[in-house]
Amino acid sequence: MTAVLSMRKVSKVYGSGAAAVTALRQVDLDVEVGELVAIMGPSGSGKSTLLTIAGSLEEATEGKVRVCDADVSDLSADAQARLRRRSIGFVFQDLNLLAGLSAAENVALPLELDGIGSRAARARAMGVLEELGLADREGAYPDDMSGGERQRVAIARAVVGDRRLLLADEPTGALDSANGESVMRMLRSACKRGLAGVMVTHDSQLAAWADRVVFLRDGRVVDQTAPSPGPEALLTRDATR
Amino acid sequence: MSVRHALLALLTEGPKYGLQLRQEFEARTGDVWPLNVGQVYTTLQRLEREGHAESDDAERDGVQKRFRITEGGAAELDRWLRTPPGTVPPPRDELVMKVQVAVRLPGVDVRDILQTHRRQFVEEMQRYTTLKAEASPDDIGLGLVVDAELFRLEAVVRWLDAADARLLRQPLQPPQVPAPSAAAAAGRATKTPRRRVGARR
Repeated sequence: MTAVLSMRKVSKVYGSGAAAVTALRQVDLDVEVGELVAIMGPSGSGKSTLLTIAGSLEEATEGKVRVCDADVSDLSADAQARLRRRSIGFVFQDLNLLAGLSAAENVALPLELDGIGSRAARARAMGVLEELGLADREGAYPDDMSGGERQRVAIARAVVGDRRLLLADEPTGALDSANGESVMRMLRSACKRGLAGVMVTHDSQLAAWADRVVFLRDGRVVDQTAPSPGPEALLTRDATR
Repeated sequence: MSVRHALLALLTEGPKYGLQLRQEFEARTGDVWPLNVGQVYTTLQRLEREGHAESDDAERDGVQKRFRITEGGAAELDRWLRTPPGTVPPPRDELVMKVQVAVRLPGVDVRDILQTHRRQFVEEMQRYTTLKAEASPDDIGLGLVVDAELFRLEAVVRWLDAADARLLRQPLQPPQVPAPSAAAAAGRATKTPRRRVGARR
């Protein structure tokens, strides 16, 4: 098994006593290399909590979380921070990029923070921008980019270096459907190139880009989609429905 | 979907044979709507009868007929392009009816039924999305058809979400069977105002 993320019986309780709120209950989830998993559920179902625990931004109250073969609860705070910097990429709905830095500088930033020299970091950033079809925007500043371009640069920054796990929370935010689609195409192809991806969304059209959709309700995994039989299944239908 | 008008549209490019029309129709709708050849010929005959298309007069044995659009056909195509299709919902939406029935059945977990449907609709959306993801971005016919299906399915999923939220806010009480009233017992019609939603065809 090549699970990059593995969650076993993970629960999360905020507060205690009478004020305790259970956000996640006994969640099991494995995400493998090359796989994009979407987490769907209504507000308050625990989607974002699941993502922050998978990204070691919060600790689980119970259960085991393994990222890249490391048990997160065994790691020191420093080691967790290193894991986040090196192995995990985050994409949020907005506020992703630093306004004072160009696209290439934004993408190179996590590598530089991890101690890689600025020239080497810049070269690797350019490589990712090229792979993702954004090479011509390397010098652009966030204010000069469209919303769709900003999100695609944010994805480039989330996958640069040796990242293994990509975590995205409503990554297409308020983008229109054409821009949302190009962001999803990129996310999907980034995963196919060797990352494990988890995306939280309430939007079924976005979730449909994932290889697997996991449904949360009241903090529990209640269902998930079966592996797709492929689009050929659609072609045999009656023409005149 | 109006096959009749789609064929008229293809004929605006010039005279065409039946088989050719079928191939072009399928190619332009991204091969998502296969069409059988019998349907093409019945539709062409109907267009001829209506005066919207005409075929070669001298039909010889073994030679395929070519069809061309008439002025009347062009006018009909223009009228169709500018007229919104009927937005009247079907008289009974099976899914809505199923959920209406489920909320009143004892021992049935309606939210579970909603989720079963949600999963299957999302699985269908995944198949369409994969079709779109793997197609060339230049395949506009396919893109248009797939988007239409995705928006239709998304609307159903959103209805399921709304139904779920509604049931969570107002859990249904077991139905109360009213005792027969004196009026009903006497055979008189009770005058309860009935709300009509949607069209009954």
